[in-house]
Amino acid sequence: MSEVTQSYVPGTHPDMAPPAGQRGILLWLRKNLFSSWANSIMTIVGIYLLYKIVPPMFNWAVVDAVMYAGNREECQALGSGACWAFIKDRYRILIYGFYPEELRWRVDVSFLLLCAALVPILFDNAPMRKPWMLFSVSYPFIAGWLLLGGAGLTPVGTDEFGGMMLNTVVGVTGIAFSLPLGILLALGRQSHLPIVKSVSMCFIEFIRGVPLITLLFVASTMLNYFLPPGTTFDLLLRVLIMVTLFSAAYIAEVVRGGLQAIPNGQYEAANSMGLKYWQSMRLIVLPQALKISIPGIVNTFIGLFKDTTLVLIIGLLDILGIGRSSMADAKWNGLSNEVYISIAIFFFIACFGMSRYSIYLEGKLDKGYKR
Amino acid sequence: MNTTTADSDVAKQLALSKIWNNREARSVILQILTMAILIGFFAFIITNAISNLAAVGKTFSYDFLSQPASYDINQSLIAYTSRDTHFKAGLVGLINTGLVAISGIVLATILGFLLGVLRLSPNYLLNRISYCFIEFTRNVPILLHILLIHGIIVHSLPRPKLASVEWNLADLFYLSNRGVFTPRPIPDDLLWISGVALALGIGFTIWFRKYAKRIQDSTGKIYPVFLISIAAIIGLPVLVFFVTGSPVTWDIPEFKRFNFQGGMVLLPEFMALWLALSLYTAAFIAEIVRAGILSVSHGQWEAACALGIRRARILNLVIIPQALRVIIPPLTSQYLNLTKNSSLAIAIGYMDIVATIGGISLMQTGKEMETMIIVIAIYLSISLLISMFMNWYNTRIKLVER
Repeated sequence: MSEVTQSYVPGTHPDMAPPAGQRGILLWLRKNLFSSWANSIMTIVGIYLLYKIVPPMFNWAVVDAVMYAGNREECQALGSGACWAFIKDRYRILIYGFYPEELRWRVDVSFLLLCAALVPILFDNAPMRKPWMLFSVSYPFIAGWLLLGGAGLTPVGTDEFGGMMLNTVVGVTGIAFSLPLGILLALGRQSHLPIVKSVSMCFIEFIRGVPLITLLFVASTMLNYFLPPGTTFDLLLRVLIMVTLFSAAYIAEVVRGGLQAIPNGQYEAANSMGLKYWQSMRLIVLPQALKISIPGIVNTFIGLFKDTTLVLIIGLLDILGIGRSSMADAKWNGLSNEVYISIAIFFFIACFGMSRYSIYLEGKLDKGYKR
Repeated sequence: MNTTTADSDVAKQLALSKIWNNREARSVILQILTMAILIGFFAFIITNAISNLAAVGKTFSYDFLSQPASYDINQSLIAYTSRDTHFKAGLVGLINTGLVAISGIVLATILGFLLGVLRLSPNYLLNRISYCFIEFTRNVPILLHILLIHGIIVHSLPRPKLASVEWNLADLFYLSNRGVFTPRPIPDDLLWISGVALALGIGFTIWFRKYAKRIQDSTGKIYPVFLISIAAIIGLPVLVFFVTGSPVTWDIPEFKRFNFQGGMVLLPEFMALWLALSLYTAAFIAEIVRAGILSVSHGQWEAACALGIRRARILNLVIIPQALRVIIPPLTSQYLNLTKNSSLAIAIGYMDIVATIGGISLMQTGKEMETMIIVIAIYLSISLLISMFMNWYNTRIKLVER
């Protein structure tokens, strides 16, 4: 009957573990998945959905997939899942298009240089940012020289561009040239001069009201009519012009948002310092406005990059176009899911990466205004 | 003599700089310059266009619209044969664009709100599922979605023969690689009575809402407006429908030799375009809805609770109206995007306005300029109409500030 008791000096009792249902994984499960009966039902429905969708997809993509095969019949004989052998057979052409095999190092070099050129733009704490920025600004011309050749390099025609490389070329050129144009349009739309204002507004609204595909059709079928007789110009160049105009209108709207967020006092302060219009824009207003609009610009770029696939409709062989034409090959006929899913994964990685960056930027910009 | 000319030069320069430094004068000069450049540009391209068209022996005219189109369209809501005119073909295309845009907007809105709410749900699993779905869907190009879904339908769904056995729901609905086959309603004589009942129900609801509001404003008594509206709009027509003896017969699809006969079919092209547009836009709408709900501050919930309002009513009267104010403007631009993205139909051969007038008619008549102008004008007017409507709606629900 003797009870073992232990006495503690007040305040020295060691903390006891919480009861079993109130700690660790059980608590987490109860709080997050089974907090009420409605919640429990939803969890069970969710698990059922996952069970129905994930294992078959996993089986298709991994377990039953075929990595080595010569054609579709062999693939089907070896396994019932995805035929990745097809992608392995074609991945080079999906990346480089019909770019001459022995010159593909130029594509690789320009891609690496692109990464280098992006660093000072993306990260404002990069060392030696100013001289590096000069390189970034001149990058489009360096890349153009590398890809097209001439001046010492073997020339390559734009009809040999294709695959993922074409998407990148269209996307990067579009954004690089539409940014200055978009800023001008945004300033035009905010201008006090009624004609300048209405011209910019009409342009922006026109472009934003029309699908990109109709503009590409205009580029491929009609643009030659508007030029002096006898001028011919390259389809890719026409597409690049249209894509640039298209994204300039969207960037103009993003930048306008940034301009409107700048308090009036900034404009007035610039005026009272005796700065002229362009000086005040260049030194006071635009640096602030552009800083706030960078996330929007990145989002525009994501949209533009996804839209570069539309060039397939007017017959350029971008990554999707090449994927489609390789499906028409008798050897691999009908393997659409494999091609589309590989391309989807490529776009997902690229665009998801960019959207993460834009979220990181938003967080960083927010901090500046937090006191 | 030398000095005088120098003086007059200086005077001229001074006068010029005076004009240039005058704000009004400068703005006039700049605008005249802009105008001149613009007029010059248009004059340049128009003269080029005229001389180029003349060089290839084409004229600018819309006569082709009244000539026979002589091509078939696989999906048409109005009677159309290949002997009809290009104008009729364009009309069919326009209706097809409208069909896929409206059904896409409806499905995208439902899915988007659902996903957006799930994304905020405290349930970890559903939250993650909806997050993964949203991120995957919106980071993949819409054209790829369309082609992927079309590919799945055409290559992975069973042929009609197999579908008639395996992929069939109660012998009424069939899912096959030729599309979804469903029964088709054929209205009988007495159906108009149900239509009248529906109109009556809607009229009654409009009146009853006003009446209930007046009563609540004056006495504070609250009627179950929602239930009564549902009963009037849905219950009454359904009741009348059955009382008049279900005046609809159904044309049920049946498998015969190679394909299904009878019934109604949703073509793979329509299904692919509709699903792809809806899923893609739903992912964007979900993020908009989420941002909208998060934008209503927590204090609003607490204040409403402090007033003793029920939870459902808090959502209805306090949270949703405020969230909508944030949600509506970006939602409009998503609807516009969906409508514009429907032009990608041409990639899989769904016959929308771009594929009919801007595609086959263009190829057959060689009238690039005329057909593209029609297509562009149609899209521009659709965009302007939707944004006008949304601006009107926006001003109606805008916060009235003092």
